[in-house]
Amino acid sequence: MILILSLICIIPFLLILSGSFSSNESIVRDGYHLFPTDFSLEGYKMVFKFPTQVLKAYGVTVFTTVVGTALGLFLITMAGFVLQRKDFKYRNAFSFFIYFTTLFGGGLVPWYIMLANYFNLTDTYTVLIFPGLMTPFLIILMKNFIRSAVPDELIESAKIDGANDFRIYFSVVLKLAMPGIATVGLFLALGYWNDWFTSSLFINNPDMYQLQFYLYNTMNTITFIDQMAIGTGITLSQDVPTESTKMAMAIVVTGPILFLYPFVQRYFVKGLTIGAVKG
Amino acid sequence: MLKELNKNKIMFLMLLPTLIFFLINSYFPMVGIYYAFTRYDFEGGLFGSPFVGLENFKFLWQSGMLLKLTTNTVGYNLAFIILGNGLAIFCAILLNEIRGKVFKKITQSVMFLPYFISFVLLSVIAYNMFNYESGFVNTVLKRFEAGPVDIYNTPWIWVFLIIIFYLWKNLGYSMVIYLAAITGISDEYYEAARIDGANIFQRIWYITVPMLKPTFVILLLFSLGSIMKGQFDLFYQLIGNNGVLYNATDIIDTYVYRSLKVTFDIGMATAAGLYQSLFGFILIMTVNYIIRKVNEDYALF
Repeated sequence: MILILSLICIIPFLLILSGSFSSNESIVRDGYHLFPTDFSLEGYKMVFKFPTQVLKAYGVTVFTTVVGTALGLFLITMAGFVLQRKDFKYRNAFSFFIYFTTLFGGGLVPWYIMLANYFNLTDTYTVLIFPGLMTPFLIILMKNFIRSAVPDELIESAKIDGANDFRIYFSVVLKLAMPGIATVGLFLALGYWNDWFTSSLFINNPDMYQLQFYLYNTMNTITFIDQMAIGTGITLSQDVPTESTKMAMAIVVTGPILFLYPFVQRYFVKGLTIGAVKG
Repeated sequence: MLKELNKNKIMFLMLLPTLIFFLINSYFPMVGIYYAFTRYDFEGGLFGSPFVGLENFKFLWQSGMLLKLTTNTVGYNLAFIILGNGLAIFCAILLNEIRGKVFKKITQSVMFLPYFISFVLLSVIAYNMFNYESGFVNTVLKRFEAGPVDIYNTPWIWVFLIIIFYLWKNLGYSMVIYLAAITGISDEYYEAARIDGANIFQRIWYITVPMLKPTFVILLLFSLGSIMKGQFDLFYQLIGNNGVLYNATDIIDTYVYRSLKVTFDIGMATAAGLYQSLFGFILIMTVNYIIRKVNEDYALF
């Protein structure tokens, strides 16, 4: 039973991988298979024929992921630290200020108009990074984690030794909360890496497309070319290996995640487990 | 207040960026709710557009849009919550009973994998499996002389496909949470049950399942709170702008996004978004109130 479920989980990946290594003709003729019937690298050749666009999209995504995750972690841990301090009088009021945003909001359109028209963030790196910096869920997760990882007495004694609050945060809390930081960091990084939505709303300059949006666009463009070919009777797919290119593109974009997954997954499970058990 | 500010000024300073973030990202846009009551005019901006009262809502209601979007959004979410949690609990229990450590680790990793991939890749997977000419499903059907089926033009199939893809992507994540809860159950209960002669099914039914209740209730409450919010990425990446499928698959989020990006219906889109927020807000408050009455420990706030 479990075996069947795990097979269902993995088969789609095999289909794409096999598609990326098949020749386009064999896909058009026989459809997608679990194993490539006619091995070929033409899809990958097509993807890297014009490597600048792919590399640019990679650059944008790596940049936003690194900067966004680092900045987000810094802010979230600081907020979590302050909000769990019992000697901080307004912690509940501020917690509610943050939590309330999950209950009620202005919706997508006012948010879009605000950032695009009033803050003029269209086609900037700021807009790719800013909205993903934090979520109430991650702040609450971090707050709970710090509360259970850092004893009050420790903060107390550091205070007596003359450390100010930022100093305590920086040299005590950050070290003790490492597992929580790893988990929240992974959530942030995954969010940035898989983001296509921000590009689709705010980015018009193709040089600034995120990787996932680049993939999305390529898929749509190729499908469009295909349909044009059907409509006009000209078979472009003879010259452009559309099907295998799509699959190769998907593999190129997803590659790093699949490669890092075995290493990263452990921390995720650990963090989730701690978070779930300690509530 | 001032005294407190002076005493803890460093902590206030540390919290300041977070407060500013939520002001810009969440509180300022609330002013824009006003668009829902105007006929939006690109020249006029927020207060230059003509005020039309409830006209946008009236139109949404009369077109039947509001009703369709609500049923779809709530219906899909209920299916996600019920099937998602049920399957996750089932798999967590099964996996927990498996003794082989290596096999257990591998299956867990494999089932968690789809959670990590992007929704764009999900749409590639769907295309790869279901497209008319070369999709995997049609390839197999053709071999049995049964196909091909034009899945992208058959709305009712997508009701199931969307639910299946949701389960596929989220199973591993919720399974890990339940697995963690199971690991937290003390061995003594099982020990005692074994001595009393309970078999494996009785142990699961009378110990594991009841012990998972708190986790289940908390997850249930969280998801009930967001029942008006759809899995936008999932729906949009699978359906896109394929109008044939809208009737069966359009949720509030996809409607609002299309109104913004494709038809530029700012007033209407804001109205739909406001309806979503208000409806969701009232729902959470009600659910929370009821839970508070029944069992205070489970209440969200």
